[in-house]
Amino acid sequence: MAALRTPTSRILLSSIRPARSSIAIRSYATVELNPIRKVGEAMSATQPPVSEKHTPTIQEPTKSEKAKTKTFHVYRWSPDTPTEKPKMQSYTLDLNKTGPMVLDALIRIKNEVDPTLTFRRSCREGICGSCAMNIDGVNTLACLCRIPTDTTHQTRIYPLPHTYVVKDLVPDLTQFYKQYKSIQPFLQRTTPSPDGRETRQSPADRKKLDGLYECILCACCSTSCPSYWWNSEQYLGPAVLLQSYRWLADSRDERKEERKAMLDNSMSLYRCHTILNCSRTCPKGLNPGKAIAEIKKSMAF
Amino acid sequence: MISQRFTQISARRVFAQRSISLTSTRFSAPALITACKPLTQSRPAATQTVPEDEAYSILKAQRAVRPVSPHLTIYQTQIPWTLSALNRITGIILSGGFYVFGAAYLVSPLLGWHLESSALAASFAELPTAVKLLLKFGVALPFTYHSWNGMRHLVWDSGRQFSNKMVVRSGQVVIGLTVVSSGALAVYGL
Repeated sequence: MAALRTPTSRILLSSIRPARSSIAIRSYATVELNPIRKVGEAMSATQPPVSEKHTPTIQEPTKSEKAKTKTFHVYRWSPDTPTEKPKMQSYTLDLNKTGPMVLDALIRIKNEVDPTLTFRRSCREGICGSCAMNIDGVNTLACLCRIPTDTTHQTRIYPLPHTYVVKDLVPDLTQFYKQYKSIQPFLQRTTPSPDGRETRQSPADRKKLDGLYECILCACCSTSCPSYWWNSEQYLGPAVLLQSYRWLADSRDERKEERKAMLDNSMSLYRCHTILNCSRTCPKGLNPGKAIAEIKKSMAF
Repeated sequence: MISQRFTQISARRVFAQRSISLTSTRFSAPALITACKPLTQSRPAATQTVPEDEAYSILKAQRAVRPVSPHLTIYQTQIPWTLSALNRITGIILSGGFYVFGAAYLVSPLLGWHLESSALAASFAELPTAVKLLLKFGVALPFTYHSWNGMRHLVWDSGRQFSNKMVVRSGQVVIGLTVVSSGALAVYGL
């Protein structure tokens, strides 16, 4: 799959760029001027982790008679031993002694069994977006994901797909945040409000922001998008485009044309092929796919 | 920033000295602590500002060893992305088939191949019925699927039917229509 991200596209792009006339040059909302592009997104290839069959299983610390033992396979990789391949580490936990959510299981593993397990977590109630990870093949927040009580089913936990792994379940989201910064996620207007007080909007205009402002930037949707997997250098991805639409839909913002002009190129927005993994996976129940469709519509008409 | 901070610190020290001389011991205690503080703050975790170029060289060195987390192979099979992948695959089959056949047709007089409609129809008619059915179904399937799913995309482009439920349902409808219509096309004219 890494072959799909080979530098060919970059070589093509760089050869095309000088040929453009100065009028046709469009500003990229992506990180065009940013040196991170030079770092190269495709430097290290995806390594399939060593299967859990070849790694030892770490057992539940306090065994009891009526244990409801469930197995968790967790992706492990440590920067301290960078030459070692990533591996799947198995843990067994008694569900009777574990909280209901996957995050509870992870915290229990870290507290009682294996303190080297690394993951991000903060609010444990789905509002900070720190514990975004891939659980049983779906990107979600560990704190909002119940542990399936079926003990015959073994839960598999991976970091967010197609991200650089910092350690274990911690992904490198540098590019994601850079892209968020590039869309200028703040209110921009030059005309002062008529009465000198805060800029107000009608309840109807405020309603347009529902389903957009709730986004917590957990990156679940962006990292579920195959298009973003192959083109994360230039394609902004669902989360950032939803945020972009949040400012396009805001009645108070006065830089709509500039915002649209930044998206008006083949990569930033139009790499969305309506796959809709984003809407399917959003742990907050938002619909980035629809927001992107609305941007496309507003660009076309 | 530094100058501001310096002013702030010196103001605090002046205030602290005054408060020692003017106020009672009870109020001077916190002020004394302030006065005795060293000029630079000590923090258990040391951070340092790195210029942007250097930061990227650090990031580059880190990324050279970082693995990319697994993606397509671990993602749950779901209707939205499998149908999207199928849409692309059928598109490649259709356009690839078109180009390959078109090119073959163009060079056929030079190489002595017989790709005229009459010759193809004659050779196709000689095949057993089961093979005919299968071949026709195989050719019709990418075409019908791509067409029906294309309509699904047109509906999406108008900004409608984006709920998770409708995405799955419209996908199921497309699969049903594809099977039925390519079956009908395969049976037609046998």
